[in-house]
Amino acid sequence: MATGLLCAVGMFATGCAGDDDTTTASSTSGGNTIKVGVLHSLSGTMAISEVSVKDSELLAMEEINAKGGVLGKKLEPVIEDGASDWPTFAEKAQKLISQDKVAATFGGWTSASRKAMLPVFERNKSLLYYPVQYEGLEASPYIFYTGATTNQQIIPALEYLKEQKKTKTIYLVGSDYVFPRTANKEIKAWAKANGMKVLGEEYAPLGSTEFSTIVNKVKAAKPDAIFNTLNGDSNVAFFKQLEGAGLPSSKLPVVSVSVAEDEVRGIGASKVKGQLVAWNYYQTTKGATNDAFVKAYKAKYGQKRVTDDPIEAGYVGVKLWAAAVEKAGSTDPEKVKAASKGLTMDAPEGKVTIDGENQHIYKTARIGVINDKGLIDTVWESKGPIKPDPFLKTYPWAEGL
Amino acid sequence: MEQLLSQIFVGLSIGSILLLVALGLTFTFGQMGVINMAHGEFIMAGAYTTYVLQQALGDGATATAFLLAIPVALVVAGTMGLLLEVLLIKRLYGRPLDTLLVTWGVALILQQAARDIFGAQNVEVKSPGWLDGGTTLIGVDVAYNRLFIMALAVAATAGAWYVVSKLKQGRRMRAVMQNRQLAAASGVKTASVDRRTFFLGSGLAGVAGVALTQLGSVGPTLGTNYIIDAFLVVVAGGLGKLRGAVIAAVVLGLCNSLIEYWTEASLAKVIVFALIVAFLQFRPQGIVAQETRGLA
Repeated sequence: MATGLLCAVGMFATGCAGDDDTTTASSTSGGNTIKVGVLHSLSGTMAISEVSVKDSELLAMEEINAKGGVLGKKLEPVIEDGASDWPTFAEKAQKLISQDKVAATFGGWTSASRKAMLPVFERNKSLLYYPVQYEGLEASPYIFYTGATTNQQIIPALEYLKEQKKTKTIYLVGSDYVFPRTANKEIKAWAKANGMKVLGEEYAPLGSTEFSTIVNKVKAAKPDAIFNTLNGDSNVAFFKQLEGAGLPSSKLPVVSVSVAEDEVRGIGASKVKGQLVAWNYYQTTKGATNDAFVKAYKAKYGQKRVTDDPIEAGYVGVKLWAAAVEKAGSTDPEKVKAASKGLTMDAPEGKVTIDGENQHIYKTARIGVINDKGLIDTVWESKGPIKPDPFLKTYPWAEGL
Repeated sequence: MEQLLSQIFVGLSIGSILLLVALGLTFTFGQMGVINMAHGEFIMAGAYTTYVLQQALGDGATATAFLLAIPVALVVAGTMGLLLEVLLIKRLYGRPLDTLLVTWGVALILQQAARDIFGAQNVEVKSPGWLDGGTTLIGVDVAYNRLFIMALAVAATAGAWYVVSKLKQGRRMRAVMQNRQLAAASGVKTASVDRRTFFLGSGLAGVAGVALTQLGSVGPTLGTNYIIDAFLVVVAGGLGKLRGAVIAAVVLGLCNSLIEYWTEASLAKVIVFALIVAFLQFRPQGIVAQETRGLA
C-alpha cells in the first residue's frame, strides 16, 4: 500500500511535464511502431539542463518518422522523468525495459544517474544512449556515450589554458558528486605532470545556491583561473556571486565544462560574458547540417530557444541508433552494437564516428568564449575529431587513476 | 583576520537570507501550528513576480520593476496563502499530518504550474544597476546585493514585529495563538484572524523570493532549496518567537559560513545539522521558549 501511494504521488509530482509529447501509453507496440525510451530529469535541480535534451531527442525521432521511420516503422517515444534523483533513474529504466519493452533508451545527464542506470541496462542487455560529457573511466558494453570523454574536453581545455592563456595556477570548484570529483582527480594528475599548480579544491552540494564562502576562499588563493565542474542550478548562483564579489571574467577567467548555451540563458549573459567553456559543439558551429538542426529546433520549440552540446549529442544519439538499426536490419541490441562499429555520420558538430572498442564517439574539441548575446564563439578547435580514450591509456600521467 | 571578518560578513548575509525565508513561517508554523510545505512555493511565486514585472515593464525599468516587486510579491504570495487557508487549511486545523500532506501536494501543483507557465528552464531576473558590484569595509569586500538583502531582512523583521506587538491585529493574533477558545469567547473573530495571519506569513515568503532572485537561479524548484532551512530556523528559534527566529537565523548563518570555511560545504551542512539536533536534545523548546501558565 505504502509503495502504491508513493508511486501515485511520484507520478503526480513528475509525470505531467511530458504529457504533451507522450503518446498514449496504452497503445501496445503493435506491428507499426517501435517504442523507444526517453529518460531525463523533467523536474528537480537538473531539469534546467535535461528538458532541452529530451526536446532534441524528440525532434530527432520526429524527423526520422517524417522520413518513414526505422525499418518502415514509426518511432514511439515513451517519456519518463528521472526527477534529478538517481534511484528514480534506475527504477524508470527498469520500467521502460520490462514494461514498455523499448528498443533503446536515450537519457541521463549526471554521472550519478548514469552509474545508477548502468547495472539495469547491463542486466537486461538493453541499450542506453547517454548524451553528456563525463569523467571517463567507463565503457559499458550496453551504453553508447555520445558526449565527450575527458580526452576530448577536459584535457584540451587544460592544454588551452596552459598554452594560450599561460595559466600557472588554477582553483577547482565543482558539485559534490562523482563527475566533478573524478574529473578533478584527473585534472590534478595532469597538472602535476604539466607544471600547473592546483591551489585548492572545493565542492558544493548539488543544487547549492550559497557560494560566498567558496568565492572568499578562491579570492584569498588568487589563482590565474578557475576550473568549474559545477552542474545544474548551482552555476547560476556561482556566477552571480562571483560577479558580485568583484571577479568578472576579465579579472579571473573561469573555464566551465557543464555550462552551455542553455545554462547561459538561465544565468544571464551579462554575468558570464567573456568566460571560457569547453565543449564539442556550439550553436554557432559552422556547417549546413548544423544550420538545418538549429533551424528545425527553433521552429519546433520557439525562436528564443538555443541549441548546445548535450542537446546536439542527444539528437545525434537518436540518429546514430536509427542508422545502426537500419544497417543491422533489426532492433536487437547485439545486432545494433555490431552494426554500430565504425558507423559514421555527418552530425551538426561535424563528422562523428562510433569507436567500436569503447562505444564512445570521435569528437572535435572546441574551446569557446561566451558573448554578450549568450551564444558561444569558438576560439580554438582541435585538428579534426579526437579518438575517444575513456581510460586515458595513451597518457602516462594518468596511470593509477 | 581579514578572512575571518569576511566570513563573518558572509555568515551575517546567510543569516539574513535565512531570516527572510523563515520570517513568514514564524507566523504560519510558529504561531498557527500549520506545517505549510507550500511555503517554499510562495517564495518561488515572489521570485517569479519579479521576473514578470521586469518583463512587463521592459529593459529600461529593471530597477523600478525590482523595487515594485517587493510590495507586489507580498500581495501575490499573500493572496495565494489566503486562498490556501480559506480553501483547504481551514478545514484541517488540529490535523497536522493531513495539513502536511495537503500542503505538500499544493507545493507540487504550484511547482508544476510554474513549469507549465514559465517552462522548466530557469528564467533570468536582471539586477538593478545599483546592486551590481560592491565596496570595501574594514578590509572586507561587501557586495551591494548582500547589503540590500540584509537591509530588507531588517526592514521585514521590523515590520513584522510592529504588526505583532503594536497593532490591534497583532494583539488578536497573539490572543488566538495563546488560547483560541478564550479569544473566541472574548469576541475575537478567530477565522478572520487566521486568514490575516496566513496572508501575512505567506506574503513575507513572497518578499523573500524577490530578494533571492539576486543570489541564485529563478526556477520552479527555487523554494524547495530553502524550505528545510526555514523550518530549521523556526524550530531552533522557538515556535512563534520573532526574537528566537532572528537569533537562530544569525547563529545558523555564522555557523554555516565559519564551519564551511574551515572544512568544506557538504561537511559544514552535516555539522550544522548535527549541532541543531544536539541543541534540540537539550532544549527542545528552542532558543526562546514560549511562556505559558499551563501546568505542563
